[in-house]
Amino acid sequence: MEILVQQLFNGLTIGSVYALVALGLTLVYGILHIPNFAHGALYMMGGYITLMMMVQYGLHYWLAILVSVIVVGLIGVLMERLVFYPLRHAPPIHDKIAAIGILLFLEAFAQFIWGADYQTMPTPYGQVVQLFGLTFTMQRLLIIIAAIAVMVLLYLFLKKTFTGASIIAMSQDRDGANLVGINTNRVAMLTFLISGGLAAIASSLAAPINLVFPGMGQLVILKAFVIIILGGMGSIPGAIIGGYILGFSESLGATYISNDYKDIIAFILLVVILSVKPTGLFAKGGH
Amino acid sequence: MFLETKSLSKKFGGLTAVNNVDFTVEKGKINAIIGPNGAGKSTFFNLISGFHPPSSGSIILKGQDITRLPPNKIAEMGIARTFQTTNLFEQSTVLDNVVVGHRLRTKSNLLDAVLRTKRLKREEEQCREKALEVIRFTGLEKVAGKLVGSLTQEEKKRTAFALALATEPEIVFLDEPAAGVNPDETEGLAQLMKKMVDKGITVCLIEHKMQMIMKLADKIMVLNYGEKIAEGTAEEIQNDPAVIKAYLGGSASA
Amino acid sequence: MAKIINKRFIIPVLILFAIVFPFVTQNDYFIHVMTLSFIWMIGVYGLNLLAGYTGYLSLAHAGFFAVGAYSLGLLTVKAQMNFWLAFVLALIITSVLGFLIGLIALRTKEHFFAIYTLCVGYILYLIIDKWDSLTEGVRGLIGIPAPGNIGPISFETPLSQYYLVLAILLVVILIIYRIVHSLTGRTYIAIRNSEDLAQTIGISTMKNKLEVFVLSTFFAGLSGALYASFIRFIGPDIGNIVITFDLLTYLLIGGIGTLSGPIVGTVLVVWISQQLQFLQDYRMLIFGPILTLLVIFYPRGIAGSIAGWNVKRAEKKIAKAQQDERFSQSPISAENQVKEG
Repeated sequence: MEILVQQLFNGLTIGSVYALVALGLTLVYGILHIPNFAHGALYMMGGYITLMMMVQYGLHYWLAILVSVIVVGLIGVLMERLVFYPLRHAPPIHDKIAAIGILLFLEAFAQFIWGADYQTMPTPYGQVVQLFGLTFTMQRLLIIIAAIAVMVLLYLFLKKTFTGASIIAMSQDRDGANLVGINTNRVAMLTFLISGGLAAIASSLAAPINLVFPGMGQLVILKAFVIIILGGMGSIPGAIIGGYILGFSESLGATYISNDYKDIIAFILLVVILSVKPTGLFAKGGH
Repeated sequence: MFLETKSLSKKFGGLTAVNNVDFTVEKGKINAIIGPNGAGKSTFFNLISGFHPPSSGSIILKGQDITRLPPNKIAEMGIARTFQTTNLFEQSTVLDNVVVGHRLRTKSNLLDAVLRTKRLKREEEQCREKALEVIRFTGLEKVAGKLVGSLTQEEKKRTAFALALATEPEIVFLDEPAAGVNPDETEGLAQLMKKMVDKGITVCLIEHKMQMIMKLADKIMVLNYGEKIAEGTAEEIQNDPAVIKAYLGGSASA
Repeated sequence: MAKIINKRFIIPVLILFAIVFPFVTQNDYFIHVMTLSFIWMIGVYGLNLLAGYTGYLSLAHAGFFAVGAYSLGLLTVKAQMNFWLAFVLALIITSVLGFLIGLIALRTKEHFFAIYTLCVGYILYLIIDKWDSLTEGVRGLIGIPAPGNIGPISFETPLSQYYLVLAILLVVILIIYRIVHSLTGRTYIAIRNSEDLAQTIGISTMKNKLEVFVLSTFFAGLSGALYASFIRFIGPDIGNIVITFDLLTYLLIGGIGTLSGPIVGTVLVVWISQQLQFLQDYRMLIFGPILTLLVIFYPRGIAGSIAGWNVKRAEKKIAKAQQDERFSQSPISAENQVKEG
């Protein structure tokens, strides 16, 4: 029983991180209909920048995260301007390849600057807490709380502000959004900014309990794709729910099935989903 | 009966795009389907060509039920269609685009290709001849060697016709064949459709250009909100109160 | 046309060059590198048939490459099977797996297909990596034999392996050439161009796509099996997504959807990488942006762009001959891939 509760808690932690990454991915997909394969590289960059800010410049954890969010967000905007915008009318195969190119570049870049070694990120929240008979680190609790806070803020932004509403409008109907006077270019850039920022927050939160290394984004991005297919490409609630579903299945799978193969769970889930429904769960109309 | 639909319906989610349509295509005639935007015309085409399975009803071709057949089988049965957007391969020549249209009448497979068998060579020649024939028929001889990307809109439409004809159809469905084409060229395309009918091919088209339809079509069906509201000759349609009310808005020649 | 004469001339010259190359260099290392590029080329051709000619971007090809390599490795090392029997079996195993995966994967399209195959590739990699008792996991598989003798010919020396791989490559190219220039190839291209249109002209898209997919995985497996017998040691990393990206890079730089692209791209990139050994770990610093820039500015790669220029020139000639102002604008360019709305 205790193991189960502990694992559920772990699932909540991992799920929070997945949800944040998947949110960024799904927002971009909703707006531009691009599966951004480079999103994992943004996640990785976020981890490194936070780490560098803390270790080299002695910034506090939260300040370091703020810098990281801004920098990675801007990398996202650059990506949109320099790569995806010029390719908006290209055949669908092209933007995927371009995204892969960016991914390869950023990973090599990180390796070049920071080396290939696995690094640990220090955290001011390393203390161990006992609660309801459970033992866990503050950092894990922090991941959950911070992730939920970010999601609430994002929700408020999308629902309560005009800019947020224009993102929603554009994800529903791009041409229509253009007609009613929404500056689609600006919205696209903003979306990439948010998407990059979310990736940076996710990796900065998760890094202290994992490790920082050039390939750290690969698995996460693959899983994020699984999540947004699970939750419906472009769907915001879907990304959150999907994130937690995957988080729970992995932590439970690791305990009760096999720790070695826990990473496979997501992909098997996806293969099963797409085998049954080739356009994903909750697909909007037929194409 | 040549081709008919019996209480054909299509629902997308809660929306009924096509509702209980009975329609017969008359052999050797030019049949037209008109109706305001969103009346379900394209959906109707998609049902007949097998792109969407109907929610209910049936499609009968020469006494045979083809309702659930996939698009490629329907093409084999002699039904060809064009799309609103021509969908052609722009980096390739007109001839190369059209050659593959006759593929469905050939049998050579991967192994024939790898071994360069006699059958393959014979069938390639056959496809080429067919392509040249339909290119001549559609009046594209002069541009046969040009890339589709460099053609005018009207020439692209003709290429799309040629491709459809290369499948040796008994009936062709043309989705807005004259959209984006100027009046003179529209007249040329209308002549081409007549030429097809003269050759024994039945034509069925969706079109917005009223004058063209009224002059050209032997038989017209009017769809509105997915339902058939009238069917008949141009004259009958023009005088039909339901049509005038729903669509023409009082003036017969829009 | 000048282009055809050119082609007739270039192909024998290239083949001749490949044949005399070992005697010209006399350098075992260069022969090794060249053999390796030939092996990669076979895999790139497989990917090209699928992504280039049929329009389906598979990101699982490293997985199939690894399945081919590991099948050969396990059958020879662990099952002690005769080399050529194992070789044939490895190809059959990869193709059957390709068939089964294709059956499901090809129901998805575009993004979903890319993501699906990405995940399939990752599953294959993880299985190889984690299934210790079978694949030896991260330790890798050691002692894979060189190709067995065919009659009196043995393939123990680098030179004989070079010619073996070259011979297989030439057969592969011939097969691909014939497919692409046949009704079957036209059928694939029609599917790439527009699946809806292909269906309305009576093409069974599923059957054709499955055919290409299996063929494509067959070549990936062939490439992998040759790799295993040439390098004689394989680890799970050969199934890593990075290898798929490598193949894609070769293809993109050479020219996706062209016949000579895989040769041009692979030789160029492999040789540049070898020359820039010190860059090995960071080669993606250069190739990543090149990949991205290529799809933006030269989506058809080197071979495709040259072909594009040739067509342009030919068009201009026609235009001149016809003395028609309208044609001289020559609106055909490599980037002009947008369909008319």
